[in-house]
Amino acid sequence: MQRLRFDPDICLKCDTVDCIMRCQYIHLDQDRAKEEHDRLVRGQMSSILHECVTCYACEEYCPHGNHPFYLIVERQEELGVHPVPKPIEKSQVTMMGPRGKIRRKEVHDPVINMCFFDMMRGGIRGRIFEGVSTIGGPDIFCNLMFLHFARNSTIKERLPVVIENIMKFHLEPSGVNELICYHDECYGTYTSWAPAFGIEVPFKPVHLFDFMLRRMLELKDEIRPLGFTVAYQRPCSSRLCPETDSLIDDLFALIGVQRPNRRYEYDRALCCGGVIDAAQRFDLAEENRRKNVEDMRATGAQYAVFNCPFCFWTLAEPVMKAGMVPIMISDLCLMAFGQ
Amino acid sequence: MDRIHNRLEEIVGKDYVSCSAEERFIYSRDQGVQEPSEPDYVVLPATPEEVRDIVLLANEAKIPVVPMGGGLVLSGLTIPLKGGIVLDMKRMNRVLEVNENSHYAVVEAGTSQGMLDAYLRKHHPGLKHSLPDAPPVATIAGNIAIHGSGHLSQSEGGFHSEMVTGLEVVLPTGELVKLGSSSTVPGWFSRAPLPDLAGLFLGWNGTTGVITKVGIKLFPRQAHHDVLIFMTEDVDAAPDILFRVIHTGMAEDINYALSPKPDYLRGFQMIVINVTAHREDELALKIRIIRESLRPYFETKEAGFMPMPPNMKAGLLEVPQKALSKFADVRKGGGFEYVGAIMPLERIPDACRAGMEITERNGITYSLGARIIGRGHSAMFFFAYPFNRADLDEIRRVRSALEETNEASIKLGGIPWKAEAAGQKLILNSMEPATYTLMKKIRTLLDPNGIMNPGNWEV
Amino acid sequence: MDSEYRDILHRCFRCGWCKLPTNYADFNCPAYLKHRFESFSSGGRMWLIRAWVEGEIVPSERFNEIIFSCVTCGNCVEACAMDKIKDRLVDVFIAARRDLVEEGRIPPRVRDYFKAVSISGNPYKRPVEETDQWARDLDIEEFNGQEYLLYAGSVASFDDLGMRMIRSAAVLFKQAGLSFGILKGEELDDGNDLRASGEQSLADFLASRNIEAFKRKGVDKIITVSPHSFHTMRKDYPALGGTFEVYHYSQVLALLIEKGALVPGELREKVTYHDPCYLGRWNKEYFSSRRVLGGVRGITIREMDRSMQNALCCGGGGGNFFTDMLGTGPDLSSRVRVREALDTGAGTLVVSCPQCYRMLDDAVKAEGVQDRLRVKDLAEVVSASAGDA
Repeated sequence: MQRLRFDPDICLKCDTVDCIMRCQYIHLDQDRAKEEHDRLVRGQMSSILHECVTCYACEEYCPHGNHPFYLIVERQEELGVHPVPKPIEKSQVTMMGPRGKIRRKEVHDPVINMCFFDMMRGGIRGRIFEGVSTIGGPDIFCNLMFLHFARNSTIKERLPVVIENIMKFHLEPSGVNELICYHDECYGTYTSWAPAFGIEVPFKPVHLFDFMLRRMLELKDEIRPLGFTVAYQRPCSSRLCPETDSLIDDLFALIGVQRPNRRYEYDRALCCGGVIDAAQRFDLAEENRRKNVEDMRATGAQYAVFNCPFCFWTLAEPVMKAGMVPIMISDLCLMAFGQ
Repeated sequence: MDRIHNRLEEIVGKDYVSCSAEERFIYSRDQGVQEPSEPDYVVLPATPEEVRDIVLLANEAKIPVVPMGGGLVLSGLTIPLKGGIVLDMKRMNRVLEVNENSHYAVVEAGTSQGMLDAYLRKHHPGLKHSLPDAPPVATIAGNIAIHGSGHLSQSEGGFHSEMVTGLEVVLPTGELVKLGSSSTVPGWFSRAPLPDLAGLFLGWNGTTGVITKVGIKLFPRQAHHDVLIFMTEDVDAAPDILFRVIHTGMAEDINYALSPKPDYLRGFQMIVINVTAHREDELALKIRIIRESLRPYFETKEAGFMPMPPNMKAGLLEVPQKALSKFADVRKGGGFEYVGAIMPLERIPDACRAGMEITERNGITYSLGARIIGRGHSAMFFFAYPFNRADLDEIRRVRSALEETNEASIKLGGIPWKAEAAGQKLILNSMEPATYTLMKKIRTLLDPNGIMNPGNWEV
Repeated sequence: MDSEYRDILHRCFRCGWCKLPTNYADFNCPAYLKHRFESFSSGGRMWLIRAWVEGEIVPSERFNEIIFSCVTCGNCVEACAMDKIKDRLVDVFIAARRDLVEEGRIPPRVRDYFKAVSISGNPYKRPVEETDQWARDLDIEEFNGQEYLLYAGSVASFDDLGMRMIRSAAVLFKQAGLSFGILKGEELDDGNDLRASGEQSLADFLASRNIEAFKRKGVDKIITVSPHSFHTMRKDYPALGGTFEVYHYSQVLALLIEKGALVPGELREKVTYHDPCYLGRWNKEYFSSRRVLGGVRGITIREMDRSMQNALCCGGGGGNFFTDMLGTGPDLSSRVRVREALDTGAGTLVVSCPQCYRMLDDAVKAEGVQDRLRVKDLAEVVSASAGDA
């Protein structure tokens, strides 16, 4: 079984404990933070394991790249801490599991991996996505969501099969090497989680923003600036690939929209609350929804843009009630092409 | 053309009487697994007077009369077991009165659930009635006559028969009578304080008369809706979970479900809680109170509220639930049958076990569940078995499961609801003899010629 | 019967969702609305067809009446609860009709309809040379490579209301400078309602002859006034070798108005719009006509309880316009529709189908409400707003 590539010495010698001190949900003084953190490192029970909302942020906060969040998930599973009630966890493991029904499908460059969100395929249309191939469905679902369920074991078990399926049924027969990840959860899987657990990724993952940016630069002359103010809801999976966050600025500049300075933006982004609901921490989830929406509204944004479908489902209704239009990033960019 | 046919044509007009093979075929069966039995005539009356004339003719000719609303009971209650006339009441479908202040509507007996709902949405948007999860063509009168229940049964007072404020009935001997306040003063506002004669026609499966009008209670229609699903694997926890939610007084409708499909829900007890409110903050508060009531469960992480994507939520917020009709295609075959047993809440775990044993023994699949009636005063527990209409062996196995389920329900301390003729016999055999004797006396008194839906409520 | 249809017969639960629109306003299946026997509902029809296929009943005059009374309006398809069979419900009924036609078991009125079309190429028993009579004083060019072919179809060629409709549309097109022509004395019936009545061979023959003429003339784009033509030319003609860009005249009017080529005037009227089944439910085109009406200043649009996907059919589909299988009476869907239009308070009932026009205009007379409600076609409304009518 794959083991987390994590160096306990780095953690034990770490005095700043940024992973805990910068956490928006765990409020400990420096000494207690260090104490609880070190218990975690040593494999002992820690309050962190119960208080963690699984927002992934500490992966971004750790200055050493020593995977504090993946470690939390490992420890939760080892010590039987269930962030989400067991029946929900069990049901989700079945619901999102592979069906073994994958069939060979010829694809051609560029290929977009819709991950589990095949139902969002309708969003892959218009000028930006002309000529793309798409793949998707449970048999190539990255399963990274089980980080929220203390189930690294599920990812470890399924991901190698998922990678094999992608290669065997789609990429290899078509001679394609690049895979554009519709959701940055997939991108994070292949660029962060898989290397952290020593799993080889035989294709080149490309972030959706990266692909869109390239395409849109080619079509620059057709773009009509939109002139809106658009609040961006940064998803938890973006913490695994923080370098891609700046691509939003580039995309926004291209389509002529303003990214206002939200309070909960960049590394201060606040979870949409969906996962916190699943953890039955309803007041906190509601507080996050409220804070996010109030923050968006305070910037004068007309649109709230999402990359993660789950964030969209969680926040679309309150966003609309607050007088803004919720929209997926692909649709927003298509608007600039009059589509 | 026979004499009775001619007389029926004189009463309702020639377009609304049929003894053709096609109508006899369709009206000889319902969607369940009961054996067909053909009527001699199918008649569509338009007025209570026409109903009266038909009943008088039936007395004269000594032929049965079987009243029918939507014809959706699945247990053959509108199949004419001894031939005669099927009275399809759906031409009588006007909403006659809505009293906003006193919260009631008066409808003709063939008025469908869907059409009353649409009428209220348009003309009285602040009011609604309790919709069952039957298809929207189910009728108000048919549903109250069989003690149906619906999405306001938990919060607003129980079975739909308990929401009846008055009836107009054609007696088996032809008299047209009003029951409830409208018999004495203008207005259909209440059955009290008069002797409650409506009970002579509720739960009798059309054996004591033909209902022609119904007064039915209306309730406030709230603008805000939400639905929660609480999941546990512990079947024995269900009564306590239900008790806690009921006791908050915050839920509009509470249902319990256990189904082997889809795979990701197999083995989980699902408590589906619908919440409504006039204001958004009221809705949020109600949800908060309901969640708090179950904190001891979700804090242990042994149970919890399921996160739901919007499309799943939208489906669960539908009233009536289209999903229940879709259940008929689980076996790719347009059929399901169920025993709905009225039972105390504490018997739910045993009912689940019994249902699973019966289906396993008979090699069929299932959906089990319950709707809470009143503030937990009872539950309508359903054992639903889908079947493929083209698979005669599966139909036989479902019929066998149905019989076993009726017996099991009584053993569990429940009573099969709207049971087919054989199930009714089973109930009567368990009934105190003096009670059954009273039933017989009442029937003989009301229906001396025994014309009303014969074969039902008989040993 | 093809196994594709035979194999789904038993999957109908006969739960009755098909009788109502999706908002449950009232019975929305014209045959059931008229007859009220379960046998005349879509579910009843499914069960009876199965009983026939299984040999449990034999076809009779009543059986034929039940099968041929479906107006193929598609309400059952819209409302049915069974996702796996709903799209094929009307196809099953048409397949049953095909089988009855093949067996020679058809009601006399249906037989007369087939006979008229097979002899004359249209149900009106009129010579094909007269199909362009409606245009003779309008100075409309014969199609000769213009951008569009304006196809009239049988009803707009020979029914006086249909003719009024196509004339209004053609005049507006001319005013807007649209490049279009017509076939002079060459049009055959579009075949849609024959096909829906189970006479597929004749429908295919007519369609092939039309396709041949269209191709010979070099037609690429077609404007139809009838949604029935619009439907069959989009759905059935490609399989017979005729792939064209097909537009309904309401779509073209909407486009011309939005481009500024056509400028409607002002009309201070309360109107309600009746969605034709073959434009709305079958082709999901609900908005062009409303956009056209919205372009007329002063007009107030009142929607009926049953509009768009829930619209109550006028009763003229599925061949019933020519065979009158639904008969007469106050429960005829056209008469119910007129009463529903009156309930909105509108003084004008706007249509965009020549069959709806005739059915509803007759129903206004049958209801005796000519003083309260007028039926007008969409193009007439636009013309009237400009003071041209």
